[in-house]
Amino acid sequence: MSIDTAPTVSATALDATSGAATRRDIAHRLLMTLGPIFIALVIAGCILLAVGVDPLAYYGFVLEKGLFSPLGIQQTLTRMAPLLFLAAGLIVAFRAGMWNLGGDGQFLLGAVTAAASAPVFVQIMPAWLALFCSFLIAMVVAMIWSLVPALLRAYQGVNEIITTLMMTFLGTSLANVLVKLAFRDPNTTVPQTRTLPVEDRLPRLFETTITSGLLLGLAAIVIVHLVMTRTAFGLKLRIVGANPRAAVHSGLGVPGLTVAVFAISAGLAGLAGAVDIIGVQGNVRADWNPAYGLAVIPAVFLARMNGFAAIGFVFLLSVLSIGGESAARRLGVPNHFTLVLVSIVLIVLAVAEYFDHRYSQSRRT
Amino acid sequence: MTGLFSEVFLSALLFGAVTAAIPLLLAGLGEQISEKAGVLNIGIEGMMLAGAYLGFVGAFYSGSLWLGFLTGAAGGAAVALVMALLCVRIGLNQIVIGIALTLGLEGLTALLHHFQFSRSYPRLPAADATVIPLLSDIPVIGPAFFKHHLIVYLAVALVFGMGYIYRRTQLGLNLQAAGDKPAALDVAGIDVVRTRTIAVLTTGALAGLGGAYLANVGAGLFIPFITNGAGFLGIVLAMLARGRPIWVLFGALLFGVCLSLTTAMQVAGINIPTDIIQMLPFLAVMIMLVLFGRRASLPAALGIPYERGAR
Repeated sequence: MSIDTAPTVSATALDATSGAATRRDIAHRLLMTLGPIFIALVIAGCILLAVGVDPLAYYGFVLEKGLFSPLGIQQTLTRMAPLLFLAAGLIVAFRAGMWNLGGDGQFLLGAVTAAASAPVFVQIMPAWLALFCSFLIAMVVAMIWSLVPALLRAYQGVNEIITTLMMTFLGTSLANVLVKLAFRDPNTTVPQTRTLPVEDRLPRLFETTITSGLLLGLAAIVIVHLVMTRTAFGLKLRIVGANPRAAVHSGLGVPGLTVAVFAISAGLAGLAGAVDIIGVQGNVRADWNPAYGLAVIPAVFLARMNGFAAIGFVFLLSVLSIGGESAARRLGVPNHFTLVLVSIVLIVLAVAEYFDHRYSQSRRT
Repeated sequence: MTGLFSEVFLSALLFGAVTAAIPLLLAGLGEQISEKAGVLNIGIEGMMLAGAYLGFVGAFYSGSLWLGFLTGAAGGAAVALVMALLCVRIGLNQIVIGIALTLGLEGLTALLHHFQFSRSYPRLPAADATVIPLLSDIPVIGPAFFKHHLIVYLAVALVFGMGYIYRRTQLGLNLQAAGDKPAALDVAGIDVVRTRTIAVLTTGALAGLGGAYLANVGAGLFIPFITNGAGFLGIVLAMLARGRPIWVLFGALLFGVCLSLTTAMQVAGINIPTDIIQMLPFLAVMIMLVLFGRRASLPAALGIPYERGAR
C-alpha cells in the first residue's frame, strides 16, 4: 500500500538517550498532549455555549463521573478493556502498513460467538476453561472473517480498505442475523442471546466493579508493543509496512506475513468483543453495535502506534465516553456531544503535532 | 404472494431503488474525484451528514427544496474545506482527519437535531416529481425511472459530465496527474495543492448534495445518523469503479435495489431479517472481487500528502 506510514517511529530510539533528555522528552510529550486537549475543550465549550449549556458545569460533571467518582473511574477502567484489545490489533496492522478498517465487524462477530458459546460451555466444563474456550472461539471466528481481505490483499493485491470496509458491513449484518435466528434466547421477547450469569463472567478486580478484562487488555497491548519493537517478527512486519518491495527483496515472505498480520489484528478485535461480552455485557442484543473501532483508529494514530501512548489515549476516550453518558442522563446534553468532543480533540492533537514537528525540524536545520 | 410481483409492486421497488441509489451515486462520484486527485476522503460520511442536516434546515425554513440542495452542498463543501486545509495544505494524515471529521459531524448534527427538532420531528412535504412525457407511460419502467425529482436526472447526467471531464479536459488530466504523479504535475507548472483542493471541495459539495437528497427527498426529514454508512458505501463504489463514473452509477443502482428490497420485504411482511438482504450487495461485490480480483488500479499517490521537493 502506498499510504503514508511515516509515523512508525520506533520507540526504541529513545532508549539510547540520556535520562535527562528522556525526562525532557516526556515533559514535552505531556505538554504537547495536554495543551491541545485544553484547546479542544475550549472549542467544544463554545459549541456547548451555543446550544445553551454551561460548559464548565458540563466538563466538571464529565470529569467527576468519568474520573473522580469511585463508580465512574471503575466504569471508565472497565470500558478500557475492549478498547485496549482493539487498539492492540490496530497497532499490529498499521505498523505493518495494512489498513484493517474492519475492526467493528470482527469485534461484533467475536462478541456474538462469545455470547453464544459461553453460556453453553459453563454448563459442561469448569468456568475458567469455559471462558477460555469462548475467548478462543471468538478469536478464531474473527480471524477467519479477516481471511478473505487478507488473501485478496496478499495474493491479488486488492486494496484492503475496500474489502475490510465491506466485510465490516457484512459482519455487522451477519452478527445481527446470528442473534436473531441462530443464537436467540427463546425465553425473551426482545431478540438477544442467552445471558451469561454474572457469577460466571470474568471476575472483578478485588472489591471493585472493574473487570479483570482490563488486565487482559493491558497485557495484550504491552505484548503487542514489545513484539513489534523488540522481536525479529515485529521487525519483519515493520519492514513490510515501511516498504513492501524492499521486504520482498530482502527475502521476506510478504504474502504469508500479510495473512498473519490480518489474523493477529482481527483475532485481537475478536477478543475485544469477547472481553466486552464475557466481562461486562453478558449477552448481545440485536442491533447492538458500539462502533468502538471508529474512535480507536485515530487514537492509535495519534499515539504513533506506540502501545504505551495508546493506553493513555484509550483512557482518555473512556473517561470522555463514560462521563458523557452520565452527562447525557443528568444534564440533558445528548451523548452525541462526546463524539464532537472526541473529534475536536483528535483534530487539534493532529494539528499540534504537525506544528511541533515543523518547529523541531526548523530548529535542527 | 401473487401481489408481490405485480406491476405496481415492481415499479415501486425500482422507484425506491433509484431513490436509494442517488445519494450513493453522488457520494461515489464525489469520492471518485478525490481519489483521482490522490486524496483518500474518509470524511465523506461526515460531509453527507452535514449536507443532510443543512439541506433539511435550508429546505425546512425556506420552503424551497432547491435552496435546501444548495445549503446541503454548501454544508458538505464547508466540511471539505476543513479536510482540504488539514490534509491537502498541511498534509496531515487523511485517514485520521477523515475519521475524526465523520465522528464530529455525526455528533454535531445529532446534537443540533436534538436541540432543534427532537420534540417536533418536522417533515417536509413530498417532493414534486418531474414527469418525463412519453417515457413515463411505459408500463413498470415508466413510473419507476421517469417520475423523479429533477435532481435525479441531473445526477445521472453528471455521470456523463464527469466522464467527459476526466477524458477530454485539461482539468481531468490535472486531477489524474495529481493522483498518479503529483511531482510531474508540479513540474508542468500546475499547483498540486490547488488541484487537490478543488477536488476535495467538489467531493464535499457532491456528498453534501447526496446527503440533502437523502434527507429532503428520500426521507422527508432529518434524523441523527441518517446516512447510516452511505458515505462508506460511496468509498467502496469509487474504489470499485476504477475511475470510471459509469461504474459508480451501476454500483449505486445495485446497492439501491438491495436497499429498496429491504423496505419492500418489510412492507410485504416477509419474515426474514432485513439484515440478510442488506448483506446481498456486499456479498455480490466480495464474490466479484474474489473471482475477478485483479490488481486494483488505484492512483499511485493515493493518501500521500504532496510536499514539494520531498523525496
